[in-house]
This record gives sequence, C-alpha cells and structure tokens, in this order.
Amino acid sequence: MKIKIYTSTLLLTFFVIGCTESSKKSELVNKDPSSIVVKGESVANLTAPPLVPDPVGTREATKLIVNMEILEEEGEMTDGVKYVYWTFGGSVPGSFIRTRVGDEVEFHLKNHPDNKLPHNIDLHAVTGPGGGATSSFVAPGHEKVFNFKVLNEGLYVYHCATAPVGMHIANGMYGLILVEPEGGLPPVDKEYYVMQGDFYTKGEYGEPGTQPFDMNKAVNEDADYVVFNGKVGSLTGDNAITAEVGETVRLYVGNGGPNLVSSFHVIGEIFDNVYIEGGNSINKNVQTTLVPAGGSAIVEFKVDVPGTFILVDHSIFRAFNKGALGMLKVEGPDNKTIYSGTVQEGIYLPEGTSNQEMPTQGNESAETGKANSIEESIELGRQIYIRTCFACHQSEGQGIPNAFPPLAKSDFLNANPNRAIGTVLNGLTGEIEVNGVKYNSIMTKQNLTDEEVANVLNYVYSQWGNNKTEVKPNSVKSIREATDH
Amino acid sequence: MKCVTGFFCWSAFMVMTFINVNAQSVGMVEIKGGAFVPLYGNDSVKVKVDDFFIDVFPITREEYLQFVKDNPYWQRSNAKKIFADGNYLINWYNDLHLNEDTPPQAPITNVSWFAAKRYCEIQGKRLPTMDEWEFVAMANEKLPDARTDSLYNQYILNWYETPKTFNQQIGSTFKNYWGVYDLHGLVWEWTLDFNSVLLSGESRKDVDNDRNLFCGSGSIGATDLMNYAAFMRYAFRGSIKANYSVKNLGFRCAKDK
Repeated sequence: MKIKIYTSTLLLTFFVIGCTESSKKSELVNKDPSSIVVKGESVANLTAPPLVPDPVGTREATKLIVNMEILEEEGEMTDGVKYVYWTFGGSVPGSFIRTRVGDEVEFHLKNHPDNKLPHNIDLHAVTGPGGGATSSFVAPGHEKVFNFKVLNEGLYVYHCATAPVGMHIANGMYGLILVEPEGGLPPVDKEYYVMQGDFYTKGEYGEPGTQPFDMNKAVNEDADYVVFNGKVGSLTGDNAITAEVGETVRLYVGNGGPNLVSSFHVIGEIFDNVYIEGGNSINKNVQTTLVPAGGSAIVEFKVDVPGTFILVDHSIFRAFNKGALGMLKVEGPDNKTIYSGTVQEGIYLPEGTSNQEMPTQGNESAETGKANSIEESIELGRQIYIRTCFACHQSEGQGIPNAFPPLAKSDFLNANPNRAIGTVLNGLTGEIEVNGVKYNSIMTKQNLTDEEVANVLNYVYSQWGNNKTEVKPNSVKSIREATDH
Repeated sequence: MKCVTGFFCWSAFMVMTFINVNAQSVGMVEIKGGAFVPLYGNDSVKVKVDDFFIDVFPITREEYLQFVKDNPYWQRSNAKKIFADGNYLINWYNDLHLNEDTPPQAPITNVSWFAAKRYCEIQGKRLPTMDEWEFVAMANEKLPDARTDSLYNQYILNWYETPKTFNQQIGSTFKNYWGVYDLHGLVWEWTLDFNSVLLSGESRKDVDNDRNLFCGSGSIGATDLMNYAAFMRYAFRGSIKANYSVKNLGFRCAKDK
C-alpha cells in the first residue's frame, strides 16, 4: 500500500514536471520567428578563422548590417606553394557571421575593383530563392545589397554560387553563418572556427611555385590538398588553437567541399555534445562526426588533461598526406588517472611485412632543391620538413611521446649521420632508443632526391640543439647506391 | 534608352558615310566567316557569322586618351552617369592625363559600353557582336576552333585566376590563328550585344530556365572544361550593365567587310 501511494505521487510529480516542460516548449515553438520585432541597428563584427565574434547573449533581435568584401588574392597553400584564392573577407574560410533568430540582416556584398570575376553569395541560413544568390550577383567594382530575416537557428554554410559554382567553391569561396537561439547558446570557455576544404592544383602535393586550379582533378574529385582553414598548417605550431585544463571548448566546424565529406575527429578527445549537422539535435559521446560538403556541425568537449590534441579528417590519408591536420594545445596540471600521457597515431603492420614506401611523385622535384650554400640548403630543407616530417616529428622536432621520437637534441640522430641518411632513404621499422626512451614505430621510406635528403637533414641538424652536421648530396648518393636492392 | 541608341546609330551613320570614302582597315585583320555552335547553342542550331574585320589588338589607354581629347563629351568629368558610371576612367590622374602606374600601351579599361560603342563608331567601325567575338576567340595559335583542346581551355582558366593582367601591354599574349592578339589573357572585352544571353547570377537556376545554355553540363572531359571557360565569360557579361565601367573590361572594334 505504501508503495502504491509512493508510486502515484511519483507519477503525479512526473506529470506536473512534464506538463510545465511541454508548455514551456510549446511557448517557444509558437513564437513565429518571422514576427519577432527588431530593435535598433548595428554593424556585424566579422572575424577571420579560427576566431568567432562575441556571443549574442541576451541581446534582442536587431537590424544587423553585414559588410562583406570579395577579394581574389594570392596566398600560400603550404611552404613554397602559392595559390590564388577567391575569398569572402580576405580569408579562407570567409569571415564568420554571428546572428540570432529574428535578426534582420542587411547584407552588403562588395566585389573589389581589381577582381576579374563576378560573384554572389548563397547563405544556407536564408529562406528565399537561391539563398540570396540571385539578388547578390555583383560585377567587379560594384556592390549589391539585399535583406533577409533570420528564421531558423543553427550553423549554416555560405558560399559563392556563380558559374562555374564548383570552381568558385574550390578556390575558397565559403564560410559559416551562425544563428543563435533567443538568449544565445549555452556559454562555454573557448569557441573556435574550423572549416575544411579540398583543393585541386596542377602540381602534386608540395610541388613548389604558383599552382593553378586544376579543373580535371576537381571533376574527378582527386584532391591534392585537404586542409582546415584554407592552407596546410593553419592550425598547427604557433597557429594552434588553445585552451586550459578544465575548460569547455566549442568548435564551429564547417565543410566547404567542394567534393569531400569530412570525418571530423579530435585525436584524444570525445565530443561531449555534437549538434548534428549544425541543427538542434544533440548527440552525446561522439568520437567522429560526419560533416557533409556544404554542411556543418557544432562540437563541444571539456578538456580534462593537458597536451596537444590533433584535429583530423579521420579519412586519415587526408590528415597525414594532404594537410587535414590541426592542433588544440591544452595547458594545465596533469591528471594521470584520466590520462597517462599517451597519444598513438601509427600505422599497423602485420608481422613480417616490409617497410612501406611513399608513392613516387615523378621527377619534377629532381630539378628543384639544388642548394648553392649551406644556408640555402637549410632553408630548402625547412620547406621539405614542413611538408614531409612535421606531422610526426612536430614543429620543434619534439616528436610525439611514445609514438614518434624527437629530432631535437637527439642522441640517435647526432651519433650517426649515415644512419640518418639511410633512415630517410629507406625508412625504419622496429625498436630504437632515443634519448633514453624506447620507440617501436614505423617511419616510411621517403621519396626525396639526393639534394632534398641532404637539405632536410641539414635543416634538422641545424636546429634544436643538434650538432650542425653538414650532409652533402654525394654522401646521400653513395648510401643510396649501397643500400639499393 | 531606345531614343539614345537611335541617336547614336544615326550619328554613327553620318560619320560612317564620311569616313567610308577612304575606308582602310588599319590595324585590322579579315576574319573568314563560318558557322559554329556557341556555348548557348546546340548541334542542330549553328550560328552563322559573315566575313568581317576585327582589330588585331584591344584599344590602348593612349588611343583612348586621344579619343577623349577629340571628344570632350567623353572626358571623365563630362560623361553622363547614365552612360558611364562612377568608375569611368576612375584611375586617371584627371580628364586628360593617364595615371602612371599602368603603361599607356596597356588596354583601356574602366570604360562603359556606351563609350566603347561611340569610340568605334567615330573610327567608322562598330563593336563586334558576341557571336563574332566568340568565333574569333575560339582559335588558338594553330586552329580556328580549339575549344576541345584542354591546353587552350586551361590557358583561359589560368588567366581568370591571374591577378592584375590589365596592367600588361597589348600584344603580350598569343597571336591566334586569325592573327588577332589578346582575346584571352589581358582583359574582358565589350561586345555589341553583351547581354543578349542572360545569366541570372543564380547559375543553378539557369540550368532549369535555359537548358540550351548548359547543353554540355552533363558530360565530362574536354566539353566540360570548354564550357567552364566559356561559362565564366558569359557569367561576367551577365553581371554587367551598359553604363558599368570595370577595371578588367576593355574593348576592340570590328567592321563589316
């Protein structure tokens, strides 16, 4: 009997709670966003990645003026590789726009007079034909203005939709517009803007010089670069995003495409919340979330331990071979219970198989990379290092604990230059000891010319407290001949 | 607008009757006409182009300076806004002095369609029609129609991506099959009927509206590339109005045979 009474009280409680919750909800749902009255007027603060503007907080819906300038300009895809980007606001991805439901946006699209092409903008947050594209088609040296009311909350992609659409997107014409609900998204400690894109260049990955867009590769979806925020290394080394232990990080993740779908993952973190596809539905405890081309996701996670957390497209060759790699550096006290300090990102080889080999990239690189002095050799070597070695051995040669040995002040490296040459030429598998720590990993054989091997080793030997050994291309040649079979 | 055009036609007619007496095609080459399928056409509807003359080079800044000296109406401070918008000759030092950061032998740009049309008429010429322009411009060094050649198309696409080509002198790109220079590589060029094929700017909508314009869009390979290079030209034309003056847009003249 007692139990029965208890149960019914419980039921009643449930009923009451359920009732208030649902009426609250219906109140929100019933508020037609198109009928929200705007108050005042302000100019939107736009930011270049990885930064986002301040949250809307509790501000009322307003008339928001967005000034977006289109610039066609040369940038750097990776060290030594130039590319002409077409941009919204001078960055790839374009400036981040932050609004709230009910805002009335007055959008000014300005096409810089030096630009060669007409452009427009299709914002997925717009309810209307073409998402604004028809009304915003603008010739160089001109400006178009159109208005829209923001009706649906969420994280939306915008992009250029001028013929040929694929080429405009492939050159970097995309970005994100966030529509926050009334009262704003729940506050977090750190917010960042990360957007993936695939690029198609005439030369292969890393081939130096100005690289034009390759339409055939784009049509065949054969990407040379898959990167975060428009270029290789935009979120690594000094450009890494940061947080403190205990903070909650929110990433606004977009994918401009034009072709590839991203398997977005942060190595060593689990997303506490994912706003699936940038909408209202929240999934918990997610390892990898799909971000479609022309789509987005909002991911949130609390960082509990210090270290470098690596953002990747977990279609993993894109991360380690095409550039889709970023870093979140977290500082603060260790928590050994949660995390012992091991990040492992290696290649699995069943026993008995031989060393892996990187595909040959033709002989074009043989013509480049001839250095006339040790200084030049070191500079050329730095570029090769950033393209080829950086992902594992890291920006300061510090390596990744328990996975990839350090090159900084490395006793293994300094003891035997010939062994170092052999390692770059032929790869290395099995256990080695570096500075008193054992590593059992795999380095792939690198397809570099004799000059390039000498350059990259000269760079490594000249850095981070190493012994400044000078490696000559001839020594590389003789070791190559001796070990070639 | 109609009345204005009418006035121009009439005055052009008067000028032409005067000039025709010693009609020489200085700086022009003859183009043997023919039939071709432009981007917006399909195999069953070929466009016929008659024989005509066309300027070997785009009009230069130097030549245009002489034009405004002779025709004060077209000097920057005199030109009416409905015929030439605020960007008309905007970079010039003043009405009669070129800015010095661009060579006098570079193509004239920042001129409106009205101005370009008038310039040609005063020379006893006219602007080429879009079909005429496309007909001459589909040639590379060797072939009168190189549109299926991937290098030809890649050349054009590369040019679209190269900044500040308006600063280069005329003649700095290739001489094509007809002996005409600089159709691709320096600046866009006005045509007489530049807006007769309309792209709305919402390129995906155009696919539904006018499928002829996108006849090759379903195919792959060279056809696609060819269309991409041409699409951008038609898209550009679709974005401009007759009084626009654009930094990457110049012109050359043509003439009936």
